[in-house]
Amino acid sequence: MCTVCGCGTARLEGQDPHAHQHDGHHHHDHPHDHSHGHGHDHSHDHDHGACGCGHHHHDHDHHAHDHHDHHHHGAQGDLHYGMGLAGTSVPGMSQDRLIAVETSILAKNDGYAASNRRVLDALGVFAVNLVSSPGSGKTTLLCKTITLLHDAPLAVIEGDQQTSNDADRIRATGAPAVQVNTGKGCHLDAHMVGHAMDHLRPRPESLLFIENVGNLVCPAAFDLGEDAKVAILSVTEGEDKPLKYPDMFTAARLALINKVDLAAACDADLEAYEANLRRVNPEIEILRVSARTGEGMDLWLAWLRRGLAAKARVEAAQ
Amino acid sequence: MHEMSLAEGIRGIVEDQARRHGFARVTRLRLEIGRFAGVEKPALAFAFDVVMRGSPAEGAALEMIDLPGQALCYDCAEVVELADRLDPCPRCGGGKLLPQGGDEMRIKDMEVL
Repeated sequence: MCTVCGCGTARLEGQDPHAHQHDGHHHHDHPHDHSHGHGHDHSHDHDHGACGCGHHHHDHDHHAHDHHDHHHHGAQGDLHYGMGLAGTSVPGMSQDRLIAVETSILAKNDGYAASNRRVLDALGVFAVNLVSSPGSGKTTLLCKTITLLHDAPLAVIEGDQQTSNDADRIRATGAPAVQVNTGKGCHLDAHMVGHAMDHLRPRPESLLFIENVGNLVCPAAFDLGEDAKVAILSVTEGEDKPLKYPDMFTAARLALINKVDLAAACDADLEAYEANLRRVNPEIEILRVSARTGEGMDLWLAWLRRGLAAKARVEAAQ
Repeated sequence: MHEMSLAEGIRGIVEDQARRHGFARVTRLRLEIGRFAGVEKPALAFAFDVVMRGSPAEGAALEMIDLPGQALCYDCAEVVELADRLDPCPRCGGGKLLPQGGDEMRIKDMEVL
């Protein structure tokens, strides 16, 4: 089972689900660096102010602060060292060892994300993580984007709980795509994306689109190694969407307000959409687009090309 | 949010730590949760109890420490503390605030046997 998201059923389309269970991971080609965030090396001697004696039976484990493994004063003045849990006198502390962990709950994911990022940086690939609620038009927008980019090198990772419908739609445009089915999982994680990258093998200085599971909550917290999150919201969803789901719009660098051709029919106030986006994220960039009519798509393509050019410059500088 | 997933993450770290330090049981575990982390604490407490079954942290007491949410106000250019993500700036009343931390989700420490 995946230790990051708990979903035991995540799989790449067309693969034996058990071949990609995360517990027995590391059958990858790409380097997984496990140097992430495992606490700190603190092995100190602690002088116990409480009893004034400086040497105790501290376990000098790495990472461990053994604050409470001190001796105990018996009824007749005997000293008992290392009795540990029995009768320690520190209020609220009934145990003999306290381990300072100081590790992010998402440290594992963040380690995989860093590894993905190194691979993408070395290739000069500009990766965007497309996030939205279900039905905002992500896949349609992506298909239109691919068509408009003509034969620019790109690849797509499609995340959904079930079906390969979206990857099929992408492949119909001629672009390489891998579907990741998350099973019960509510988001893609960096480990899944690393796997998918192994299969896709993105070309140098290409675009990588990661279409996340339609969900405006969980994907905000999971770094995939992307260069930018792009949040898509459509005019049918309501102007207050950014206020209802602020975390996602805070995490996004760009917001695409999609389906603007329907704005009049929906009585959508596009200014209110933008004001609410800027309220939760004053730095967010905003573009108004319609995948259906093509309105605003030139600005979106220009944004992508700028990102790719900037990434290629970084790669060249390395 | 995805409290079950977070609990799985905690379990993974607990198991790593148990291997590293050779302890059998966690009796208490303290988390630090930022105010803007989007964590529903009762849901996490529930998920924790369920997910830790069969792990060294089964039955461990879970304590969650709140970390304050801070944000940069774009109107008065000050970093201010916010109780709620969408509160106005407590200094100037401005409404454009960018969070600066407060999204932490960390295991601080654990007491083990």
